[in-house]
Amino acid sequence: MRVLYFAWVRERVGVAEETLTPPAEVGTVEQLMVWLAARGGGYERAFDDRARVRAAVNQVHAMRSTPVGLADEVAFFPPVTGG
Amino acid sequence: MIRIVVRAEDFDAGAELRLVEGCSPGAGAVASFIGIVRPESAGEALLSMTLEHYPGMTELALQQIAAAACVRWRLSAVTIFHRVGVLQPGAQVVLVAAASLHRQAAFDAVQFVMDYLKTKAPFWKLERRASGDHWVEARSSDDEAAARWDLG
Repeated sequence: MRVLYFAWVRERVGVAEETLTPPAEVGTVEQLMVWLAARGGGYERAFDDRARVRAAVNQVHAMRSTPVGLADEVAFFPPVTGG
Repeated sequence: MIRIVVRAEDFDAGAELRLVEGCSPGAGAVASFIGIVRPESAGEALLSMTLEHYPGMTELALQQIAAAACVRWRLSAVTIFHRVGVLQPGAQVVLVAAASLHRQAAFDAVQFVMDYLKTKAPFWKLERRASGDHWVEARSSDDEAAARWDLG
């Protein structure tokens, strides 16, 4: 699974992107966030307040219940502020 | 015509408007909006503004917003040009231009594109001020502005 981080989520995690292999029971965006937070350190700081983190799956805005799999590209970021 | 450009280099607003007009032989109206980096934020002078984006998803999101505007207001052309990278105060950030038969449709389409861009397009602003670097927080007023168009 390709996982990307943007803005302060990227700063806290410490990398812009990485390839991860979460266990099979990680099947949704929410479960992936919980699994990432449990890695501790910067991940914990990035995902401790999950309400402030948004997600996209395969470059489309996703909900907490959106399914994720090993072939997906998943991104985490704060609410967008362009324009 | 839908023209989506995301890049660091500045845009020539006049040339972009001529392109929109040139692609719209039957149009009676071209409306546009240009967003500019403000010189101050939170009572402090702004030293610079960095625009981060999600390459790929950004273009997809802008394409979808532009296509929705085209259908809803029967636009003959729409351009969305958004800069990324480090920008100085006074710099142009974004240009939206739309051509249609009548002015109201063109005005509305440009507002719609800006409202949706601000809530859906994956860009993030980092302000550099004397007190340090600050990520810009999303504003609920932007969500409300997008919600008035009654579209997901």
